Amino acid sequence: MKRRGFLAVASAAFVAGCNKVAESNAGSKLLGAAEKWHQGAHRLLTDREALAPEYPRSAISPYFRGNGSIDPQNGDYQQQAAESFANWRLEVRGLVENPMSLSLDNIRKLPQRTQVTRHDCVEGWSAIGEWTGPQLSLLLDAAELKPEAKFIVFRCADNLNGQDYYESIDLIDAYHPQTIVAHLLNGEPLPIKNGAPLRMRVERQLGYKHPKYLTAIEAVASLEDIGGGQGGYWEDRAGYQWYAGI
Amino acid sequence: MKRHALSTRIWHWLNLVCVVVLFMSGLTISNAHRRLYWGDWGFAPEQAWLVVPRFPDWMTIPGYYSLAVARDWHILMAWPFALLLLFMWVAMLVNRHFQRDLVTTRKEWQPKAIWHDIVEHLKLNFDHEGGKFNFLQKLAYGLVLGVILPMMIFSGIAISPGMEPTFGWLLDLLGGRQSARSLHFIFAFAIFGFFVVHVVLVLLAGPIGQIRDMITGGKSDEA
Repeated sequence: MKRRGFLAVASAAFVAGCNKVAESNAGSKLLGAAEKWHQGAHRLLTDREALAPEYPRSAISPYFRGNGSIDPQNGDYQQQAAESFANWRLEVRGLVENPMSLSLDNIRKLPQRTQVTRHDCVEGWSAIGEWTGPQLSLLLDAAELKPEAKFIVFRCADNLNGQDYYESIDLIDAYHPQTIVAHLLNGEPLPIKNGAPLRMRVERQLGYKHPKYLTAIEAVASLEDIGGGQGGYWEDRAGYQWYAGI
Repeated sequence: MKRHALSTRIWHWLNLVCVVVLFMSGLTISNAHRRLYWGDWGFAPEQAWLVVPRFPDWMTIPGYYSLAVARDWHILMAWPFALLLLFMWVAMLVNRHFQRDLVTTRKEWQPKAIWHDIVEHLKLNFDHEGGKFNFLQKLAYGLVLGVILPMMIFSGIAISPGMEPTFGWLLDLLGGRQSARSLHFIFAFAIFGFFVVHVVLVLLAGPIGQIRDMITGGKSDEA
């Protein structure tokens, strides 16, 4: 018992030391910088067009887990769901020459990309599904980004713990061939728990970078004035890494 | 010549700090999803091969449940951990510590010789006839430096989605992402197992002299 007590005390002292480092100015800068080193290494080692692995259809999981928001109750989402999202609009706006407002029909008529990919949640689990939708690059080219646009922000219909969900990526990921606005999962319209009627797929990053219930795509020059300024719902709320390729 | 080279001592203590932080932040990450799977995917209880117990807060970094903060620590300490291991390998090949002290001979692999080593260990007789390490030490240090620590790095790289477009073959080699995650966990506990045995044997062999020598380098034990 005594030895175990010693271990617990030693561990607590070590953890307290770590927390002190994390709270210090230099410590928190270092912890934030490490994320950038990984992103730099990934970008150095990986071609910007390099694809996340795609699987045969036979590899698809028996069902696709949903977490976070799985049935939004806020706004008019439930009413839209009852109408089978017939009046859903996706806006493309912000630092673009031609702002657009698209219906689901508009989106379905664009050239489509279908990909069977693995979804990795930051918590640790994975599921494989087949996603279909137009490439984001197609929408961005049609809207014509202004030169000062540096990030793409995704606005969502779901409100989680009192905050509207949103996410953001840089232009390298926005123009990646596998970054699509998905409206089908395994050939069927998206289930509500997986983000009906539209969700982003950003295949080289973790699940929280794939926002669901997508209402708008916004080109911005900086993330500072968006939400809490950290670039996404989980980044603002709990300090998750903005670069989620790690 | 000192008993422990300066490069060995520097690596030993810095690596200890890295491994402790990585292990304790890793326990928080394990708490985020306490099931392990084989293959590429897995998310539900019926697919799991192991349900991992929840590790209490006092064992974890940051000492309360925060996956984001634990990941911050894990992501930071992965760098010195990997770079120091590379440094140690270069140093022990250059100063011939590896060739001199860690490489085993065919004679040592004979069952009779191994049995003799085990018996001497159980008798707590730590006098080695010639050579710096006995066979079991060579095997343990060799496995840790050559297999377990490198596997932590490779399986860690393999489960980073941003690395996958380039290092997808690594994930294939490890049997898919959930297998790689399981292996990352298993090797982490192999390190923990080594740590426990290592500390116990140091305590039995005379901790003050052992720790002093690992700091100052000690005197040469080569007559």
